[in-house]
Amino acid sequence: MSVSNPSHAHEPTLAGYLTGFGLALILTLIPFGLVAWDGLAIATTLVVVAICAVLQVLVHLIFFLHLDMSEEQRWNTISIAFSAVIMFVLVGGTIWLFYSLKFRMMVGY
Amino acid sequence: MSSDAAAGHAGVKTAVRADTEVNFGFWIYLMSDVIIFAMLFVAYINLSDRTAGGPSGAELFHLREVFFETMALLFSSLTFGLAMLGLHAGKRNAVIGWLAVTFVLGACFIGLELHEFMTLIEEGASFTRSGSMSGFFALVATHGGHVTVGLIWIVVMMSQLATKGLTAPVASRMARLSLFWHFLDLVWICVFSTVYLPWILQ
Repeated sequence: MSVSNPSHAHEPTLAGYLTGFGLALILTLIPFGLVAWDGLAIATTLVVVAICAVLQVLVHLIFFLHLDMSEEQRWNTISIAFSAVIMFVLVGGTIWLFYSLKFRMMVGY
Repeated sequence: MSSDAAAGHAGVKTAVRADTEVNFGFWIYLMSDVIIFAMLFVAYINLSDRTAGGPSGAELFHLREVFFETMALLFSSLTFGLAMLGLHAGKRNAVIGWLAVTFVLGACFIGLELHEFMTLIEEGASFTRSGSMSGFFALVATHGGHVTVGLIWIVVMMSQLATKGLTAPVASRMARLSLFWHFLDLVWICVFSTVYLPWILQ
């Protein structure tokens, strides 16, 4: 049934860590560079910072935490996907709720 | 069952399986930590502009300091990876050496963070000053507390490696410390992107 991946296939490699580190470094330097440069509109910079953050989180998950859909990692990947859904509901819902509240009460405005 | 022909692999396979289950348990703990951090982020995001007439992050945060903290953690992720490579290669001294480098980088991070906290408190922006600062300290100090626990764990593993050697239980604990340490770097990406950079930009 299951594909027999030899267990060493999932062992970390130097190339994997260096690739992850290189990508993470680039995705860190881009947002810090943009903020230091301060040449773009604030909203544009914030969008780029957010995109780089999401990409770097994915880079860390794949290259450092070694998440994939292999037999060994499958439930880890499924549980983090579930956590992402919970986080989306909690974070999105709470921010929505509080901004709505602020708007309705006009606190401090 | 697996189509592994060699019967000799059976023992290793069982060990790997048991290890996978323990690591999964630890992973579930990390997922619960994710939820804790998510709520602290939400609290910070909603409180960040409530400065109660006090200083805001725009005046308080410094790009250079945050950059060095970020680099310390990022490089420590790489050096921890190198320690794990040493573990798989069975090179005990390499593991201990890279763990030591990781510890130094993590300690640099904590040092910079404590310096920042003390500067903030001296500038009258402690956690009691405003909702914004409460949210900031709750989030960033929770992360820093995790890193401190990670540093203690690294020391424990270094001493176990030195006294017990590369035994199966020690290797198993190293796998979980690896998850913990990389996870903390991952949370920090969200911290500098959510807390520091947007304020410094203004």
